[in-house]
Amino acid sequence: MRGIPMMTEAVLPASSGGGWSRLYQGKTIPVLTVLLFLCAIWYAGAVYLNSSVLISGYERNNVEWDAGRLVSDAWAMERPILPAPHQIAEEINKTVFQKKITSKRSLVYHAWVTTSATLLGFAFGALLGIMLAVGIVHVQTLDRSLMPWVIASQTIPILAIAPMIIVVLGNMGLTGTIPKSIISMYLCFFPITIGMVKGLRSPDVLQLDLMRTYSASTAQVFWKLRVPASVPFLFASLKVAIAISLVGAIVGELPTGAVAGIGARLLAGSYYGQTIQIWSALIVASVLGMLLVFLVSVIERLVMKKMGYGT
Amino acid sequence: MHRAVGSDDGTGVVTAPAKPVIEIEKLNLVFQTPDAPVHALSDVDLTVNAGDFVSFIGPSGCGKTTLMRVIADLETPTGGHISVNGMTPREAREQRAYGYVFQAPALYPWRTVRKNVMLPLEIMGLDKAEQERRARDNLALVNLEGFEKKFPWQLSGGMQQRVSIARALSVEPDLLLMDEPFGALDEITRDHLNEQLLRLWDQTGKTVIFVTHSIPESVFLSSKIVVMSPRPGKIMDVIDCDLPRDRKLDIRETPEFLAIAHRVREGLRAGHSYDD
Repeated sequence: MRGIPMMTEAVLPASSGGGWSRLYQGKTIPVLTVLLFLCAIWYAGAVYLNSSVLISGYERNNVEWDAGRLVSDAWAMERPILPAPHQIAEEINKTVFQKKITSKRSLVYHAWVTTSATLLGFAFGALLGIMLAVGIVHVQTLDRSLMPWVIASQTIPILAIAPMIIVVLGNMGLTGTIPKSIISMYLCFFPITIGMVKGLRSPDVLQLDLMRTYSASTAQVFWKLRVPASVPFLFASLKVAIAISLVGAIVGELPTGAVAGIGARLLAGSYYGQTIQIWSALIVASVLGMLLVFLVSVIERLVMKKMGYGT
Repeated sequence: MHRAVGSDDGTGVVTAPAKPVIEIEKLNLVFQTPDAPVHALSDVDLTVNAGDFVSFIGPSGCGKTTLMRVIADLETPTGGHISVNGMTPREAREQRAYGYVFQAPALYPWRTVRKNVMLPLEIMGLDKAEQERRARDNLALVNLEGFEKKFPWQLSGGMQQRVSIARALSVEPDLLLMDEPFGALDEITRDHLNEQLLRLWDQTGKTVIFVTHSIPESVFLSSKIVVMSPRPGKIMDVIDCDLPRDRKLDIRETPEFLAIAHRVREGLRAGHSYDD
């Protein structure tokens, strides 16, 4: 799941290049080639992994079988070890497009439950991350006292701390979206803090000297120089953070025994051996991640254009 | 814009002795570095009068930029006395007594040309109409009408530097500090901007301090040339340059010009500045 930001960047249209050369030199053909290649491996893998179960079934029931039958059965099992891509596609089609989105069986419904926690956690995380960065940049004591804690917070495995956060918050009467978004926030404030500290410190000596010749106050230096200078850094870290935030929300759904959300679907799928359901939830989660990162990129492009950065 | 006391009357003849703007006595500045202390300025004495165009010339490392940064209160001297407009440099800076033009344009890339010029005015808290007026007037002064809405990256290096000059002028200071403002530009642009700067100085009667390492540039622009030498940074010679104020570029071929340039070169040589 950590790979989402990188994956997404490869899939997003690049701002460089353009015109007729885009198709030829662009990413469409390479991406499709890789996709085809992956599908081929996946189909082969499905046959290989599912064959032993199938063969023992044939032998138990004394069924005549050959390679052709093995392959077609391997791609059409109800609970395969590795489902074939078209099975997942069918499942996604059934649960995303065929169900009403208010239905508990609709993946759109589950995705929305997770998304709402993700967005709330992302908002909390952005707020926390930016506030920490502002403190770290302006107060030397905070720079020395907070930074080690910020880093330490990220060395604790989230799987270990998530159940405790849920239990503690549950005792305080907080259930549902809030605890999940707290876990999201816990994961996603870190890149924002790091990016924002770097961004707020990015003005060079010359730009700062200029402010000094105008006898600008600290607040003026902050709003007129540090904040605008940090915007490119902020967006870079926001793109990482929103993907991590989604991971946080899904992880937050696992220990609660939540009944709704992508995490709940994953959990339910693994209880009942519904591998197709797990895989489709996974695919939907990663598509969701890409959409969220793409959304941030679109906002980034608009803001950067407004601020006159490049073409 | 007013004429400073003691500036010429337009005939190229400097009249009565002028009121000093900057007075420097026995100024020393030692930088503490990990290896050894560096004596950046050593016993510098200098007086700059209102309406002067003073060039600091010398090789790299002679402390000319440092001296200017001390005047601007961007560095603190370790000894000696300095006053700017009769105040400490710090007080002068807090009263926004000077405009500073850096070696690089130092424009903020997220601001349009107009907004860049308005930056100091926003900080000073001027009202919007006054900001607009000053931005318009000063951009016109450096021949940049029509570029108000462009972003810095859409401008050439010379245009960017002109924006930064307009920005310094918009503060409407009587004192203009310019640290090798044309150092990174090609010679043709540089000649052009030198002429513009000279005309500006002549029209406004500002006091200008100009750091350069080009002999022709210093002679062409200045009413007074301060020759400096490195290690430790000190003043070798102060040369009065009494060419007429409305100079044209061809003046650089006249014997008077060449004589002053020769004296500057001698001063630089005396400082052993060509040794390394």
